[in-house]
Amino acid sequence: MDVSYYLISLLNGLSVGLLLFMLASGLTLIFSMMGVLNFAHASFYMLGAYVAYTISAVIGFWWALLLAPPIVGALGAAFERYALRRVHKFGHVPELLITFGLSYIVLEVVGLVWGRQSVNFRPPESLRGPLFTIIDHVGSLGFAWGEPPAECKGVANVICTQFPSFRAFGMGIAMLMLVSLWLLLTRTRIGLVIQAALTHPQMAESLGHNVPRVLMLVFGGGTALAALAGVIGGALRVTEPSMAQAVGAVVFAVIVIGGMGSLAGAFVASVLLGVLDSFAVGSDQSLLDLFRVLHMAVTPESFGYALWSVKISQVAAILPYLLLVLILIFRPKGLFGTREG
Amino acid sequence: MKFTHRLFGLPIAASLALVSGVAFAQAGQTVKVAFIDPLSGPFANVGQNILKSWQFVADKLSPNAAGVKFQFVPFDNKGSPQESLNALKAAIDQGIRYVVQGNGSGAAAAIEGAVAKYNERNPGKEVLYVNYAAVDPSLTNEHCNYWHFRIDADTTMKMEALTSFMKDQPDVHKVYIIGQNYSHGQQVSRYFKEDIKRKRPDVQIVGDDLHPIGQVKDFAPYVAKIKASGADSVVTGNWGQDLTLLIKAAHDAGLNANFYTYYASTSGVPTAMAQGVGGKVRMVAYAYNSLPGPSIKIQDEFKKKFNDDWYTTATYTGVVMLADAMAKAKSTDPVKVAAALEGLHFKSFNGEVEMRKSDHQLQQSLYISEWRKADAKNPYSVENTGYNFQKVKEIPAYVASTPTSCQMKRPS
Repeated sequence: MDVSYYLISLLNGLSVGLLLFMLASGLTLIFSMMGVLNFAHASFYMLGAYVAYTISAVIGFWWALLLAPPIVGALGAAFERYALRRVHKFGHVPELLITFGLSYIVLEVVGLVWGRQSVNFRPPESLRGPLFTIIDHVGSLGFAWGEPPAECKGVANVICTQFPSFRAFGMGIAMLMLVSLWLLLTRTRIGLVIQAALTHPQMAESLGHNVPRVLMLVFGGGTALAALAGVIGGALRVTEPSMAQAVGAVVFAVIVIGGMGSLAGAFVASVLLGVLDSFAVGSDQSLLDLFRVLHMAVTPESFGYALWSVKISQVAAILPYLLLVLILIFRPKGLFGTREG
Repeated sequence: MKFTHRLFGLPIAASLALVSGVAFAQAGQTVKVAFIDPLSGPFANVGQNILKSWQFVADKLSPNAAGVKFQFVPFDNKGSPQESLNALKAAIDQGIRYVVQGNGSGAAAAIEGAVAKYNERNPGKEVLYVNYAAVDPSLTNEHCNYWHFRIDADTTMKMEALTSFMKDQPDVHKVYIIGQNYSHGQQVSRYFKEDIKRKRPDVQIVGDDLHPIGQVKDFAPYVAKIKASGADSVVTGNWGQDLTLLIKAAHDAGLNANFYTYYASTSGVPTAMAQGVGGKVRMVAYAYNSLPGPSIKIQDEFKKKFNDDWYTTATYTGVVMLADAMAKAKSTDPVKVAAALEGLHFKSFNGEVEMRKSDHQLQQSLYISEWRKADAKNPYSVENTGYNFQKVKEIPAYVASTPTSCQMKRPS
């Protein structure tokens, strides 16, 4: 293991984490406004990818990036206006169930419209190459923009690792989104109204603000953010009907770990999980190594050897949920949460 | 002139009528075959392609030796062993008595076991299972069953072939093994390590990784690890999306290693490879694109009809095998056909092959092919990329053959 490995793993982890954050930010906003977990949130992520795929086939990727989030956001707002608001008066459980139902409907609709196979949605031509190359000589580290330089080819003891442009682009979009979201919520009038409606809905209403409309706006905005993540995630990974399910569970882990309703918490938890996953996949340590350090003799004949010899890389996929359980036990309000329990 | 025609024509017509009337009691029947494989989810593209392949080949080879018509009925098992059992039950309820399945040894083991139990409990309604791609050796060894017939080569055979090629490659020093975390991926790792230790003890295994099947959407961390290990070769049994995304991530990170694969021809992978791979991609299989014989023509016709690739050429083997066995048994009854299949020699697209009686494992030649640009000798364009798989080594059936520990129990 060398420096360039740690660097590239960190970058990979950050890019996954920021993608997660784009999803989690919308979800946590909606939760803090309505007190409702939107089970269909990842479905809007998937819709974003598919809508962008269709648009990009006609007028190109950049238009897709621009148009898909507002289109999906409008769908989200309409869902809030015509479905969620109607069941609101019956309490939280029906609200939860209706979003749950929606996730199934979206899944089936996507299957009907775009088929059950993955579609070929890829980054634009200009972002397909590497952004920079990390050159790792023995003992020294160098960088080169664009394609790997000549020294990478054929020279021994040089490890060149490229970082794809589109990953960097996705990270940039997420950062941009984070900053503008923060500015919107803290520095603008509409942001103040949203914050007021968050904590004191009755007071905001009696001051003449249309709180239901604010809710609709937040729901639409949250789903638009999910769709934006979908455009990036769909092109970076695979656009397929199971993509919602693939991120859905992790996003819930993110907002619980970060603290329900906390934007800062969602950010920290996303990045934490992204980096954790990236390094966990790369480490071959197992409990056996721990026993060795403790001078305990464990052989293949020992009790539970199969369990002790499981490598961290093999359990990488369950680490977010392990962390989720630990957080729920020891700090139920999450890392940055304000609510108890 | 007219007279001579009639003179010669009559006995020929009469003998034809005799043959079809007497020998082909099963002729004209439609045999329904249940196709149980993933038709949704991460491996849907592979399943959809192979479903088309079976029906297309069956239609192309019609009229076949038995004079029967094969109709493939799709059942989606979503890649899961549990769903496979539901699909099998649905197929049996529809009166279907032939089953083909291949994608996933987990599903294969479930079907093999369920078919065995069903046949034991329902004499007279037996079901016959043709496994065209699940390569877990246990299916024809410790868990072998009379009603299961495998027409792909199992992992021990493929690894024997692959390592016999790799041992002669001077640039193989550090090998990284990565696979899907289920029986198939684990066995690829196990048999590669065993075989290479025997043939090239100097080769160093610098990594041995298993990842969840169909769940990993971002292989960048795995590729970073491969890169850090300094591997010059990657051995993987991955297929479908798990290989597509691995190749994609390797390209993005600029990994400079050769890939030794089982399933680089499966849907989606060729397109990813055409974007560029740091090293060469080699594949061990029972076929390659310009293999002389009937497969070239079918491959072209399949492309013309579906704009897709016919890479599961075992479908040809399967159709010919069933038709020949039905002709030999003079029946479409799975009981008689299974008996006829034991030790059956027949001519497939890759020459004379044998369904070994002792374990129902087809014995056939294997080939190592390399992903290269199409040329005059190898004109086919896989997934319209301008590349194809070209032969670099042939391993005859008797070399690729591996012993079996199967103690076959035959119905009395």
